[in-house]
Amino acid sequence: MRKLALNDEILLNIDKPARYIGNEVNSVMKDPEKAAIRFAMCFPDVYEIGMSHLGIQILYDMFNQREDVYCERVYSPWRDLHKIMKEQKIPLFTLETQSPVKQMDFLGITIQYEMCYTNILQILDLSQIPLLSTQRGEEDPIVIGGGPCTYNPEPLADFFDLFYIGEGETQYSSLFDLYLSIRSQGGSRHEFLRAACHIPGIYVPSLYEVTYHADGTIESFTPRYPDVPKTVRKEIQMDLTESVYPRKPLVPFIKATQDRVVLEIQRGCIRGCRFCQAGMIYRPTRERDVEMLKSCAQDMLKNTGHEEISLSSLSSSDYSQLPSLINFLIKSKENGVNISLPSLRIDAFSLDVMSKVQDVRKSSLTFAPEAGSQRLRNVINKGLTEDVILQGAGLAFEGGWQKVKLYFMLGLPTEATEDMKEIPRLADKIARRYYEIPKEKRNGKCQITISTSFFVPKPFTPFQWACMCPKEEYLARARIVNEEMKEQLNRKSLKYNWHEADVTVLEGVFARGDRRVGQVLLKAYEKGCIFDAWTESFDNQKWMEAFQECQISIDFYNLRQRSLEELLPWDFIDCGVSKEFLKRELDHALQGQVTPNCQKQCSGCGAAKFQGGVCLEHQN
Amino acid sequence: MNIRIKFQKYGVMKFIGHLDMMRYFQKAIRRAGINIAYSEGYSPHQIMSFAAPLGVGVTSDGEYFDIEVRSTQSSLCSIRALNETMVEGISILEYKRLPDTAKTSMSLVAAADYLIYGKPGYNFLADNVLDLQKKVQDFYESQPEINITKQTKKQEIQMNLKPLIYKMKSLNLNSQETLHQLQVKNPEILAMCQDSPETEFPALFLQVCTGSSDNVKPELVLESFCRFYDLPYDPLGFQIHRLEVYAKADDIPVKGEQERRKYQSYLNHQKKLCQQKGREFPQFLTLGQLGKNIESSSCTGEAP
Repeated sequence: MRKLALNDEILLNIDKPARYIGNEVNSVMKDPEKAAIRFAMCFPDVYEIGMSHLGIQILYDMFNQREDVYCERVYSPWRDLHKIMKEQKIPLFTLETQSPVKQMDFLGITIQYEMCYTNILQILDLSQIPLLSTQRGEEDPIVIGGGPCTYNPEPLADFFDLFYIGEGETQYSSLFDLYLSIRSQGGSRHEFLRAACHIPGIYVPSLYEVTYHADGTIESFTPRYPDVPKTVRKEIQMDLTESVYPRKPLVPFIKATQDRVVLEIQRGCIRGCRFCQAGMIYRPTRERDVEMLKSCAQDMLKNTGHEEISLSSLSSSDYSQLPSLINFLIKSKENGVNISLPSLRIDAFSLDVMSKVQDVRKSSLTFAPEAGSQRLRNVINKGLTEDVILQGAGLAFEGGWQKVKLYFMLGLPTEATEDMKEIPRLADKIARRYYEIPKEKRNGKCQITISTSFFVPKPFTPFQWACMCPKEEYLARARIVNEEMKEQLNRKSLKYNWHEADVTVLEGVFARGDRRVGQVLLKAYEKGCIFDAWTESFDNQKWMEAFQECQISIDFYNLRQRSLEELLPWDFIDCGVSKEFLKRELDHALQGQVTPNCQKQCSGCGAAKFQGGVCLEHQN
Repeated sequence: MNIRIKFQKYGVMKFIGHLDMMRYFQKAIRRAGINIAYSEGYSPHQIMSFAAPLGVGVTSDGEYFDIEVRSTQSSLCSIRALNETMVEGISILEYKRLPDTAKTSMSLVAAADYLIYGKPGYNFLADNVLDLQKKVQDFYESQPEINITKQTKKQEIQMNLKPLIYKMKSLNLNSQETLHQLQVKNPEILAMCQDSPETEFPALFLQVCTGSSDNVKPELVLESFCRFYDLPYDPLGFQIHRLEVYAKADDIPVKGEQERRKYQSYLNHQKKLCQQKGREFPQFLTLGQLGKNIESSSCTGEAP
């Protein structure tokens, strides 16, 4: 029988011990002695969040298909266990074999959002692995970072031995083979890293040197050795139908955030919203074949026993085979399978589907206009028009819906007071449309919920040069929206939610920061910051102290309008989309000019060089 | 068609709480291809109900839940199909058909058997079985009342445990006879005994009132026992293991007037048989005894 790393005394005194025992359905049990490579795959957040992540499930399945690799999982111990592990010096362990992470050959950490950065340090710390890559020895695992945040890996450069830039399906096997060959020849950690930098997509931060101008901007970013590549091109899996997909995903005992089968129908997005990093870095858009998805859905439902399936992608309505897929899934509703729909473009088809799979009275419609005015929507290239929203809402109201959720961003480039005020006005127009329905035909009041988040400029978007606002300004903008809402005719049917701006400020720094901000992370972690993505553990005071003590200026990173000539920390990465395209898009944005989506017309972003997906379909 | 399933829970699965066990089985039933019935409505759910929740940290050889199925294979085939999808620490022991008007196991639960033994590294309640026997004698047999104060969310209640503890015995767990008699299936206990064949493992056997009204948790008895002897009560020092869950033999486990009458006459007949043979009519029946095995020659999907 498996022996656990934690004893009964600990497990019976912490919240949700099931987070730490492994043994889940479809977890992979191998003889660790027989694996030449042991890999700990980590999502640096609590188990329920980490277990819901599709990327890890794909890689876990793919790695374990190799007989010589044993991939196990690790998540962040929650704060209660964190304290005990620190006090009792218990090393962090993998879930499957409950072995210390420190004994692994690799520790792979997926980096999904900026506010989990201190959790990465927690993982290293609890694993008893030196936090700084320079301090690691031959016995320590190779620490690899992957995921969307590695499109600007620089704030984390000191903590990782290497980063894998791009989609994981393509190069891990080469990386493992290289590791085996170098280790078998008695090669060192350094030799491995030196060689790994030649594998496409692999970035070894210690092999590059950064110098700075007197004003703090980057002067140069250069390889330390002539053979080290100057640029790292993202990896991309062009054929998503023939690629691996986990047909036996893990089934957690406790309720995870995604307690269902997740079917990734496509990668990338044709829309080209100018604030959206995912829409740029995952180009070109590639669909999975619908027959493959149907067979995956059946297998995954059978192998997990989940009673719900959801579709995952950006802009799911753009998937060409959506009706065929959804109709297929609706048939499985007879076997008690629920379908959780992604947010679809509201039209006759989606309303018909929605009425089949959910309770109209309880469910709500979601629109993400992102900006209140048409002017600003053109700036951000969000194609959604007021007419489309009102028409969709009208159709839905007549079909019996009465709840609408609207998502917006505040702080977008060029935003003026008028744009903010248009947010509640748009909500009011939707409410008016509802009350046009004769009283006897409607179902009481409508509920329009407005939510705003604050815009954080991201690398590899046309807004990557933009300046942000000070915290007070964000809150002032939210107040403008709130005040204007009170002026609306249907104010009693409207509800407005907004967030604190502290986290936005930190996200801004770490999204576009350089190597120097890494020391703030270290300092904040030393002060006790972990689980910063969780409101109850976020402590802004400690963060502000950390910045001050490190003498790092937040304003330098957030409030400065970067010049188009500036060398940006992430410029060494080639994500397919060219800098010229981003500049062109910025220019169009400032002129309020809309760029057509990839299906309508190619805008020459540069992703066509990957020779596939929508770029090729477009030529037909 | 109503089915009652019996399973055991051991190893790391003792850390999985009751609600998560229900979720686990909802998915397991689907994986095993059991043709379970669903409720009506927008979000149909499986028709499934559990007998008696088991606390986190407790192991068991006698857990029950009932399901309604639209069709079924034989008991053997169904047990096999379910066990193929189980994780380590959960095994299906029985799969029995109940009468169509059967009451749920939850409404029938009346008593449960428990074993309590010391965890390694902790002092158990007594040094040896003889000592424990004496202590049980003084605590259970000799006391006319065992009064405790039970702290609920709202108030403190005084209660007398004595009539709710049906049996309390000391025993040496490390004996083939005991293990056989109690039908212990828990692999940890069996391994523990096998590893040290000569050692005596003093343990307590408890049969307590269980169910929705007077539910007695074994912890309550232990705490009172420790207080009686001025021993420190450390819940982490014991392993509690549930052996079996019972219904009252006298309770009629079906609904509907006609069915009840039929069952009553069957009961009377059984009682008479016992009387004739000079045997005592049992006070309790295991929940599993209220169902019947489904016989069939081969399982579907298998070569005959």
